[in-house]
Amino acid sequence: MSVAVRVIPCLDVKDGRVVKGVNFVDLRDAGDPVEMARVYDAEGADELCFLDITASSDSRETTYDVVSRTAEQVFIPLTVGGGVRTVADVDRLLRAGADKVAMVTAAIERPQVMAEIADRFGSQVLVLSIDARRNADQPSGFEVTTHGGRRSAGLDAVKWARRGCDLGVGEILLNSMDADGTRAGFDLEMLAAVRAVCTVPLVASGGAGTVADFAPAVDAGADAVLAASVFHFGDLAIGQVKQALRAEGQPVR
Amino acid sequence: MTSTPGAPCVVVLDYGFGNVRSAVRAVERAGAEVELTASFDRALAADGLVVPGVGAFAACMQGLAEVQGARAIGRRLAGGRPVLGICVGMQVLFAEGVEHGVTTAGCGEWPGRVERLRAKVVPHMGWNTVDPPAGSQMFAGIAAERFFFVHSYGVHDWLQPSGERIAAPRVTWSSHGSDRFVSAVENGPLWATQFHPEKSGDAGARLLRNWLDTLRGC
Repeated sequence: MSVAVRVIPCLDVKDGRVVKGVNFVDLRDAGDPVEMARVYDAEGADELCFLDITASSDSRETTYDVVSRTAEQVFIPLTVGGGVRTVADVDRLLRAGADKVAMVTAAIERPQVMAEIADRFGSQVLVLSIDARRNADQPSGFEVTTHGGRRSAGLDAVKWARRGCDLGVGEILLNSMDADGTRAGFDLEMLAAVRAVCTVPLVASGGAGTVADFAPAVDAGADAVLAASVFHFGDLAIGQVKQALRAEGQPVR
Repeated sequence: MTSTPGAPCVVVLDYGFGNVRSAVRAVERAGAEVELTASFDRALAADGLVVPGVGAFAACMQGLAEVQGARAIGRRLAGGRPVLGICVGMQVLFAEGVEHGVTTAGCGEWPGRVERLRAKVVPHMGWNTVDPPAGSQMFAGIAAERFFFVHSYGVHDWLQPSGERIAAPRVTWSSHGSDRFVSAVENGPLWATQFHPEKSGDAGARLLRNWLDTLRGC
């Protein structure tokens, strides 16, 4: 037997509420994050991910509160991302009950912060979240973006993933900004390209539309699969995704 | 701490390492009164002591030293009083840990070395199966369940010789790819898990109840 492919629902949280929209625009309200977390736990989610998509400083207290209330009630791992900048931010989130933190922008602005966090808390708490899209100008054909895909970071996504691993991150969350919200399937080529240079777990994100989309992501090298809107709006259930993975010979819980 | 008649009193050792909040909540949910403290005296007095731990072996040993953790564990075990180590809280029970070529002495309750996992993808992160020996109390009713692991180091060789006068420890193994390592130990009053029962949903809750069943009520 081997470790199961993790199926992770991601809750985009704004001001303490879950939101998710096609390509990060036109947000729709899909409920209370703590309630959603309980439902996903009961449905068999292997982990939960909260992304604080506003992450303005005045909404941060709300996020800590949501994390804390979730950790009180849900006994599966919880990753929190969005606005995480410093060792102190990580410390506070872990104390609130997060098991892992995901970084996007702060890691780009000052890569050394990844090493600082890994040294202090261990690699296993740190997820490097990469919002990437296709760009033929980069050597790998994929570039890193920030601000929900609106800006280019001027970095090659595959090289950036490798850099994160070298600096001690414990997991890569690879989100295709091209596929995000399209429900047309994960970007398999991008997953394979990052898998080839990283030995840490790789989480596929962006593009899940049907149950058939998940197994190919695992075949391309993903250790876990993450999706948001297909779960929030009831198009797919966690159990259906696991059933489809199992049918393709992948181990699931 | 709320008062529930007959519930065992458990101390979760607060030495700066570990997702202590999750451990406290999960042990409470399993039916204990839980106190989070760094107090040596409280750690000795409790019916059960939980030693959590995440991060680096050397850093955790340093943190334990600051609260006389190894001494508290040793004193409890000498009196046959239950201790549960979780994740790095299990690893530090072994003789030594090797990180980046540097060897750090552990609590030495068991011989053996904690070393880097050899699997292709590390950390070993996710829900994996366990292979407990016959008669396991820890996995009673949950031997076929998956538990949540997140670690980059482990113990590949169980070195404690089996004696004739004392019961042999029950050692449970798991594998990540072809890399096989110790995932749990039941050794009299000393139990430990490489995985996180506090993050392992209902299966983890049952495991914690199985542990609480070995404690006397307070």
